[in-house]
Amino acid sequence: MSEESPTLRIDFLLDTEYQYAVGQYGMRFFTGLRDHARFMGVRCPECGRVYIPPRPVCGICYRELQEWIEVGPEGTIVGWTVVRIPFIDPMTGEQRPVPYGFALIRLDGASTSLYHFLDEADERKIRVGQRVRAIFREKREGSLRDVLYFHLLEG
Amino acid sequence: MPRRVAIIATGQTKHAARRLDVNIRELITEAVTRALQDADLRMRDIDAVLLGNMEPFEGFLFPELWAVEGWGGYMKPSVKFNTGGTVGTTTAIAAYYYVASGIYDVVMAIGFEKQSEGHTQTAITTVGDPVWERSVMAGAIGNFAVMATTYMHESGVTEEQAAKAAVKARRNACLNEYAHLQMPDITVEDVLKSEMLAYPVKRLDMCPQSDGAVAVIFAEESKAQKLAPRPAWVRAVATAHEQQYMGDSPKRLAEMRSLVAASRRAYQAAGITNPRKELDVAEIYEVASFAELAMYENLGFCDRGEGGKLIDAGVTALTGELPVNPSGGVMSTNPIGATALIRVAEAALQIMGKAGGRQVEGARTALATGYGGNAWTDVIILSRERP
Repeated sequence: MSEESPTLRIDFLLDTEYQYAVGQYGMRFFTGLRDHARFMGVRCPECGRVYIPPRPVCGICYRELQEWIEVGPEGTIVGWTVVRIPFIDPMTGEQRPVPYGFALIRLDGASTSLYHFLDEADERKIRVGQRVRAIFREKREGSLRDVLYFHLLEG
Repeated sequence: MPRRVAIIATGQTKHAARRLDVNIRELITEAVTRALQDADLRMRDIDAVLLGNMEPFEGFLFPELWAVEGWGGYMKPSVKFNTGGTVGTTTAIAAYYYVASGIYDVVMAIGFEKQSEGHTQTAITTVGDPVWERSVMAGAIGNFAVMATTYMHESGVTEEQAAKAAVKARRNACLNEYAHLQMPDITVEDVLKSEMLAYPVKRLDMCPQSDGAVAVIFAEESKAQKLAPRPAWVRAVATAHEQQYMGDSPKRLAEMRSLVAASRRAYQAAGITNPRKELDVAEIYEVASFAELAMYENLGFCDRGEGGKLIDAGVTALTGELPVNPSGGVMSTNPIGATALIRVAEAALQIMGKAGGRQVEGARTALATGYGGNAWTDVIILSRERP
């Protein structure tokens, strides 16, 4: 085998579009986000975990989740990065501008965390444990993009 | 009771960034032919064939159908597996079950990926939940970087300590004729100065994308003893899954709950109480330098927060107390559908005494892991002693 061998290759370009249902729990979350700029989680009656994203069943206790609780809009960074590699945005197929910061954010009152953008792309200014607040779009459509990003709070 | 099962043969391709000289069928054939030669068997001696591959990478549905000539599946019982990073160990564990059940005597597990033919980052992006995760994550690297900052915060591990794991991998790979990235002169400085992809992950902290295939033959006790001078006996297998979303386990790398659960289950089944002392070698699925250190902690090779010190002390070097990834690991070779099965093959080679320049002298107990989508883990323990 040799990487220099003359070879023939065939090109194939696949441009596909997918559409995903957000589900019944997702509907309740995203309409709350769209209409009231509010994050809603669900609480497990057995272990007390408050789940974001909301879902029908606690995976750990296997109990049905029915108690809705408002969480956020402030929270804490539990993990973060600043992306510097060129990257195609899967939501649009366009190159995403780099660098950009994103993080796993534990919204106040939630037991789990959510991925979202930060309004900071300087590695020296972001740390685990930092407080953040959601900044909402004025015109909201019912998706996570209704949150523009999370703003880093002082301290 | 399950029957005793052993690995009796392995075959690997030369793994590389681009195997333009072969198509997928030919790539698979290369590994399968070598495994059959290793056991001095013909395809007709194989009772069932199990195939592992991640179809989204090549954009080619039903490899079990269109690659039959390569994997020898004609008229044989077969199943294909597609479980992310764990594909290879899932396929190996299934082969173990096939033989242990008493239904089949000799079973071949195959894993392959030809990443040069597709678009790896695009395929990996589809691992994320479309509604909740894909809009911000940046493929495997961005995802991994977020876990790494949490792990650094929890354990105090440094970028330099992580870089040492990356250096160890590429240097060990020079002793493995099948490995993709062989870098005899790589230094910690080279890793630290390599291109920043997503803080704290630099290009040389990450695994490459590879073309490659591997085949491993499992046999029941009497055939194993007849066909292999020194079979690698399967002592224990275990699998564990996390909850689905990345944020469900924010300390995913620091805590690795699925790795902890699966490894403890396997240790118990194998009667291992002190893995660092009782294992002789480990082939783990470290997708990146930081993951290797976190895995030391979560596999119980050291206490929490001590992963960096373990690499500093050289414990996991080829000549250390518990060599980890003498093959060069995933950071040197990563054809994803084959990668975890390569871990199993390399662990088996160590037990069989056929690991060549990367042989750990006197290896009697070996660990192999698979790690998928940051959320699930397979663990396999092999031994020279018949269980």
